[in-house]
Amino acid sequence: MSGRVLVIRTGTANTSSVLAAFRRIGAEPELVDQPTEITTADRVVLPGVGAFAAAMSGLVERGFDEALRERIAADRPTLGICLGLQLLAAGSEESLGVEGLRVIPEHITRLRGEVRIPELGWNRVEAQVGARCLESGHAYFAHSYCLEKEPAGAVAGWTEHGIRFVSAFERGALLACQFHPELSGAYGHALLTRWFEGGA
Amino acid sequence: MLCTRVIPCLDVKDGRVVKGVRFQGLRDAGSPVDLAALYEAQGADELVFLDVSATPEGRRTHVDTIRAVRERLSIPLTVGGGVRADDDAMRLLDAGADKVGVNTQAVETPELIDRLAKRFGAQCTILAIDAARTASGYEVVVRSGKQRTGIDALAWAAEGASRGAGEILLTSWDQDGTRSGYDLTLLAAVHARVQVPVIASGGAAHPNHLIEAARAGADAVLAASIFHDGDFTVADVKHALGAAGIEVRR
Repeated sequence: MSGRVLVIRTGTANTSSVLAAFRRIGAEPELVDQPTEITTADRVVLPGVGAFAAAMSGLVERGFDEALRERIAADRPTLGICLGLQLLAAGSEESLGVEGLRVIPEHITRLRGEVRIPELGWNRVEAQVGARCLESGHAYFAHSYCLEKEPAGAVAGWTEHGIRFVSAFERGALLACQFHPELSGAYGHALLTRWFEGGA
Repeated sequence: MLCTRVIPCLDVKDGRVVKGVRFQGLRDAGSPVDLAALYEAQGADELVFLDVSATPEGRRTHVDTIRAVRERLSIPLTVGGGVRADDDAMRLLDAGADKVGVNTQAVETPELIDRLAKRFGAQCTILAIDAARTASGYEVVVRSGKQRTGIDALAWAAEGASRGAGEILLTSWDQDGTRSGYDLTLLAAVHARVQVPVIASGGAAHPNHLIEAARAGADAVLAASIFHDGDFTVADVKHALGAAGIEVRR
């Protein structure tokens, strides 16, 4: 494997932090606008901030949706970050009627409870036993929506903010994080390194 | 449980940190990159860079500064100062900012908040409010405090949040620079009025001030001189917060 990491440009996403974080761990990240190499590339990152519907239509318009489903089905190392985790779902309460990538059958729901929303800041991730990449620790979150149930066959990390939600999950070579590993200091640096070096 | 964040704030002008920064052992005490790395190493949860340049050249330099800091920094970076349109925000985000703060321009054109939130998301859109005490409450001041607006600060915070601001950066104009602590009355009032997180700013000089702010409802505490003067490190402050029973990231 080369050190290349393809980072999908998801419309409005600020990808500078993701690219910089991969450079800090010694990888060679490249921002991509076309899905040409997505199916077969060694490593692909789906970052994302902003709204579900806008990001999803950006993926579909450029043909990233099919390419992503294919590479994940083939169990190639793929990392979803923040909205990138949510886009893997069947849909989201944020954009009702808009279909997600359907990599997992679950739906994304809005955070609720006696807490501030969006959840902005550092919160504890409790990794389930058996995780290859995920470890427990504090990670940086910036979101209003979440995945409440762990997908079948996945090992999850859990976090509490009003409700208990899936702050990350790994299934085969797929790692998806609701938090931002690229902004999570030493914790995130170590997680990205493990993923990059083939932990999941 | 979500941790209370400790956020050092740096004023940057023409690519240099301004306001006296007195650190031992720093290669260059005015370098934004060196200072950002130092605060991150001390345990800062996030950094705010405020661009106080007054010229177009200064603004362009600021984008280069953000780019250089981003390469090094692995915690969130908020950038404020001089954001007048969503394209200004786009330039800062492209350079590596994670969140963008708006202040004066949002008061003049409140729709700017809606546009930023729609284009970049609420979590990216921070409404900075400078509030000054009046006989009956608080009013919004703009242009670095030079201009009073007559706008009720609490109502403005609520309007900003409903327009899509994901966080309020609340600075007490009366307390700023006094080193006598945050305005806890203002903080509690805004905290009660909005559902989004509130960052307390203005007046901190001692770890006790940050503890008081967290207890009054601050989701994050921002400070400048307490750190720049070298009186307390970020680690000192987080230790004090933790000892007071406030959840912080260690």
